[in-house]
Amino acid sequence: MSKRDFKVVNQPLRKIDAMTLALGKPSYVGDFKPDDALIIKMLGSPHAHARITSIDISEAEKMPGVHCVLYYGNVPRIVHTTAGQGYPEPSPYDTFMFDSKMRFVGDRVAAVAAETEKIAEAALKAIKVEYEVLQPVLRIQDAMKEGAPIIHDEPEARAVIPVPYEPKKNMAAHVDMEIGDLEKGMAEADETIDFQFYNHYGQHCPVEPHVSMAWVDREDRIIITTSTQVPFHCRRIVAQTLDIPVRRVRVIKPRIGGGFGVKQEIVLEDVVAMMALRTKRPVYWEYTRAEEFISSRTRHPMLMRLRMGAKRDGTITAIGLDCHSNTGWNGSQGLTVVCNSGSKMLPLYRCGNIHFEGTVVYTNLPAGGAYRGYGATQAAFAFESAMDEMAEKIGMDPLKFRAMNHIKSGDTSPVFRALGEGREGVDQAITSCELARCIKAGAREIGWKRRKPHTTKKGRYRRGIGMACLMQGSAIPEIDMGAATLKMNEDGSFNLLMGATDLGTGSDTVLAQIAAEQLGTTLDQIIVYSSDTDMTPFDVGAYASSTTYLSGQAVQNVALKVRKQILKVGADMLDCKPAELTIEDAKVVRKKGEGQVTFSEIALYSMYSANQFQIGDISSKIVHHSPPPFAAHFAEVEVDTLTGAVRVIKYVAAADCGTPIHPKLAEGQVEGAVMNGICYALTEEYLFNDKGRMLNPNFGDYKLYTLSDLPEMKTILVPSYEKTGPYGAKSIAEIGINGPLPAIANAIHNACGVRLRTGPFTPEKIWRSLQAGGEIPFEEGH
Amino acid sequence: MNMKTITFTLNRKEQSFDIEPDETLIDLLRRTGHTGTKLGCDTGMCGSCAVIVDGRAINACILFAFQANGRTVETIEGVGDFDSPHPLQTAMADAGAVQCGFCTPGIVMTAKALLDEKPDASEEDFKLHLDGNLCRCTGYVKIKEALLSCSSATGGES
Repeated sequence: MSKRDFKVVNQPLRKIDAMTLALGKPSYVGDFKPDDALIIKMLGSPHAHARITSIDISEAEKMPGVHCVLYYGNVPRIVHTTAGQGYPEPSPYDTFMFDSKMRFVGDRVAAVAAETEKIAEAALKAIKVEYEVLQPVLRIQDAMKEGAPIIHDEPEARAVIPVPYEPKKNMAAHVDMEIGDLEKGMAEADETIDFQFYNHYGQHCPVEPHVSMAWVDREDRIIITTSTQVPFHCRRIVAQTLDIPVRRVRVIKPRIGGGFGVKQEIVLEDVVAMMALRTKRPVYWEYTRAEEFISSRTRHPMLMRLRMGAKRDGTITAIGLDCHSNTGWNGSQGLTVVCNSGSKMLPLYRCGNIHFEGTVVYTNLPAGGAYRGYGATQAAFAFESAMDEMAEKIGMDPLKFRAMNHIKSGDTSPVFRALGEGREGVDQAITSCELARCIKAGAREIGWKRRKPHTTKKGRYRRGIGMACLMQGSAIPEIDMGAATLKMNEDGSFNLLMGATDLGTGSDTVLAQIAAEQLGTTLDQIIVYSSDTDMTPFDVGAYASSTTYLSGQAVQNVALKVRKQILKVGADMLDCKPAELTIEDAKVVRKKGEGQVTFSEIALYSMYSANQFQIGDISSKIVHHSPPPFAAHFAEVEVDTLTGAVRVIKYVAAADCGTPIHPKLAEGQVEGAVMNGICYALTEEYLFNDKGRMLNPNFGDYKLYTLSDLPEMKTILVPSYEKTGPYGAKSIAEIGINGPLPAIANAIHNACGVRLRTGPFTPEKIWRSLQAGGEIPFEEGH
Repeated sequence: MNMKTITFTLNRKEQSFDIEPDETLIDLLRRTGHTGTKLGCDTGMCGSCAVIVDGRAINACILFAFQANGRTVETIEGVGDFDSPHPLQTAMADAGAVQCGFCTPGIVMTAKALLDEKPDASEEDFKLHLDGNLCRCTGYVKIKEALLSCSSATGGES
């Protein structure tokens, strides 16, 4: 397929649900709460590590208005993973609906369903619990020490795919890979570096917290409406956890108020389903903001050691990345996140000697999960900071150093095969890469030429410029599958039914554009219905930067099939061969000569006139490649050397996502991800006390940026054409969040000579580093 | 139950409601079908529940319902509809400022309160007034563009 003029794709169209949402029409789970719904509340463990020695729910059960109390003593004990991943999941089975062992402050003790929230809360207070308090594990470096308390000592804990899993050592996963010989590469280098970095806890903070409701219908099926990114995985895991057949569960995703990965997880659905089954009443459970911080999911904190060797001519001779990832109280997404720390950054620069090792440990802290960037965010911080440090050591401009080493179109990397998602990866050559143009365009926009060494800067306020290069992927090759159904209506409109899950990204719009483009009609003729396990075909869901690339191809394929059916009916009507026809503006027309029929006439004919059939079809797609999007990010910052405060003056993100199907939405993905990344780099931080309790689970003490914090931000979409993607598209959703940590760290260094290796970059850390002459001793943070 | 009756003007219509004394305005609004007002944090820190009370944008999650008694309350449902959207709603939709859309009603209400008072609001005015509205999707770039297009001083029609 070659580049061509698009009519719907790549056009400035309005997102199809934008006005509905701007008008405040009922759209989200909470907007559909039935008046008679019981309200669920959860009693959380006050201890990070403990065993329940006795629990008495009788007083709570007796309270008027209380309909059900669930705890480990009255629910099935079925080990599973909460990770919404394909089956068999690469995450270990280490979680129960309820357990007698508490593994973090906030862990499920018991849940109450009651007529009102007040009654539910009062009932929680009436539950009497006694604990045997155990020593908690609160640091990565403590988790695998000899004699460390064992967090998952239950006999059921197991890995369901053949990967290293040693819960008795608090090890939730391990992966390693070597290409060439790291030590040989280090020995060949003129300069070497060996540094540690630490990526801190962070939360997705969707403005809508997790929310789910369920009821049992007249056929005794459980209908779950939930804010999920993975309706089909949700259905499967709920059925597994309740020990009921999949056919008895229906999962519906309405609009959801942001996800960013945190809703790729079964957090509430098992309990709402069980409560609905037990009470035969509609039940509703919405996390408080504090619960969202503590009990949903977070970014996996990582302790990383980065080694690199290079020659003075700029050749990289060795790269070693050793990650210790904190997966918290359960192992959700632990293995695959750390795999992505390797697979999404190591191919970026050509190097013959690469060693990668990832170790995932349990702690008694909040659980990591999927979070936009998915391991690449962590690795990019270490890797791209190190690239600057190495450039300085060999006396080369960091831009030039990257430009001469980065992967280019036509290249491959042995990392692609060596490292997949919990298993061996898939060989691929890069078929589109405009990173060189991203670097050039971004450098021009930020004014890279005026960048001076930090040693030349004086005065209280010092400005600096830093940059970082990035890559991600587009879907998980040979694993992820998406499917779509398309059918035609009498007026020439179409129903597009997809498992694909729009979590606010605009994928319903993007996929409808692809359908409209292929069919030869307009966007308003596509009626989208997505993410309902009874009504739509399967899709893995919204993760791994997959929807546009993967589900987009499923949609493109089904639209092509339907297009052929339309042409065939048109040929019947016009008494000619389909090959003599084409489609223009929702009409089938003869390529030569007179004669045309409208889509509506075709639909009416096929339904009512002759050889009647439903024009429509279904297509599935798995992908064999995961073409990376690329980006070059640039930050200009100002450091106040008196206070250590840092301010981002300007941020430039130049990204190659292939054809942007919807340019404004693609820009929005970059801008949202970048702002999230800036905020994570500078302010977002989990504070814990020495017993593992989070001290700041609210938006007052966990600072998210607002409009008033917005720096000058420039997004440059550098076009390329990914021939394996739908209309040349690849992904854009995740990559943007990986840039701010390293780009800002590098800019801070360029401003005042301070090198930060632990986020967030608080005034205190910068001030202390300035006092220490540039760097403070490394320590593992939170 | 210890219900009280309050009366206030909601979206230009005077209405009476039976409320509990400790009920918040957002709970009252949402249980009476005004679900466009969203609950994001329940502590007055995210702005997704912003409504306009006597001309000022206020977080409905930290206002008791009884505090609305005798006052004028405007919610997103009173601002526009498909056939007559408010210019802010059109601007947000057209700018690509609506991603997940959960924060959008709060942003529209907060910005509307400002523009009702000051049609020529400046960029600084928007920054000050919208400082309590969190959006995690857009990075605020397109929101800013939408808001500025609605001010007579920064691009909108006078």
